[in-house]
Amino acid sequence: MAAGTAIEPMTMATAQEIAAQEFAQVAATHRLQIFRFLLASTRDVDLAETLTQDCLMKAFRSWGGFRGESSALTWLMRIAINVQKDHWRNRRLQFWRQTRSNAVDVDEASEWLPSGESSPEQQLLAREKVGKVWRAVERLSGRQKTVFLLRYVEEMDVSEIARATGLSEGTVKAHLSRALARVRTELGGSR
Amino acid sequence: MSGMETHNGAMPGADPEDAAIEPALRDFRASVHAWSDAEFHRVRPAVASAPHRRAWRRSLAWVLSLAISAGMVAAGVEQRHHQQELARQAQQRQMEQQRAQAEQHARESEDLLARVDSDVSREVPSAMEPLAQLMSDPEGK
Repeated sequence: MAAGTAIEPMTMATAQEIAAQEFAQVAATHRLQIFRFLLASTRDVDLAETLTQDCLMKAFRSWGGFRGESSALTWLMRIAINVQKDHWRNRRLQFWRQTRSNAVDVDEASEWLPSGESSPEQQLLAREKVGKVWRAVERLSGRQKTVFLLRYVEEMDVSEIARATGLSEGTVKAHLSRALARVRTELGGSR
Repeated sequence: MSGMETHNGAMPGADPEDAAIEPALRDFRASVHAWSDAEFHRVRPAVASAPHRRAWRRSLAWVLSLAISAGMVAAGVEQRHHQQELARQAQQRQMEQQRAQAEQHARESEDLLARVDSDVSREVPSAMEPLAQLMSDPEGK
C-alpha cells in the first residue's frame, strides 16, 4: 500500500466547514463593534442591524479571499463602510423612502450615558456635551464622520483607519483635524 | 484596535487644545457604547415581526403609489374629457352662430327680392301712360 493513501485528503466540504467555523468565530467577536459603528453612523437601530447583517453576509462570501493583510476587524470595517455607502446610494434613488427614517434625533441619542457614580448635575452636563458632539458629527461630511467615529468611538489608530477607509494616512489626519475643529466649535460655548 | 487611552483617559497625540474637548469625546464614546450595548443585547420580540412590519410598509408604499398613479391617470382623463367638452361646446356655438348668420342672410335676401318685386309690379311703362290716364279719367270720355 502506498504511504500517501494513509492520509485522507481534506475534502472540499470539510475545508468549507472549517472556514465557516473560523468566520463564525470572527463574526461573533466583532459583530458588536460593527453594529456600534453603523449605529453611530446612522442613529437608526433597525438600519444598523440590517446593515450589520449585510456586512457579515458579504464578509462571509469573501472570507476565502481574506489573506490577513490587515486585522479581521479592519477588513470587516471596510466592508461595513462600503455596505453603508451602497445603502445611501440606493436610498437616494428610492425617493419615496427619503421621507421616512427611523433615526433617533440627537437629543434622544444623547440620553444614553453609562450608569456611573456621577451626580445628577454631572450627568446633565455630560449629556449636554454629548448632545453637542452629536450635533457636530451630524454636520460632518460622510468621510469626516466615518473617520471621526472610527477614531473616537472605535478607538482605531490612524493607520487602521486608513486601511479601513482606503484613504491615505495624511488624508485621514486631515479629516480628523477638520472634524475635531467642528466639535471644538460646537463645544465652544460649554468650555 | 489601539487601546490608546492613557491612565487619565486622554488620547495620545492630542494637543493641549484637544485636551479641552477630551472629556466631551470620552463621554460621547461612553454614550455610544452604552447605547449600542443596550440595543445589541436587548431581547427583541419584535425581531420576528420586523419583516412583517417591513412587508406592511412595503404594501402601504405600493398602495399609496398605486393610488397616486390612479389619481394622476384619472386627473389626466378628466382634464382631457373637460377639454374635449369645451371644444365641443365651442364648435356648437360656432355652428349656431353660422346658422344664425345664414338665416339672417336669407331673410335679407327675401326682403330685398320682395322689395324689388313690389317696385317692379307698380311701375308702368311710359308708352302706355296716356292710355292709362284716359282710362282712369271718366270726364275725358
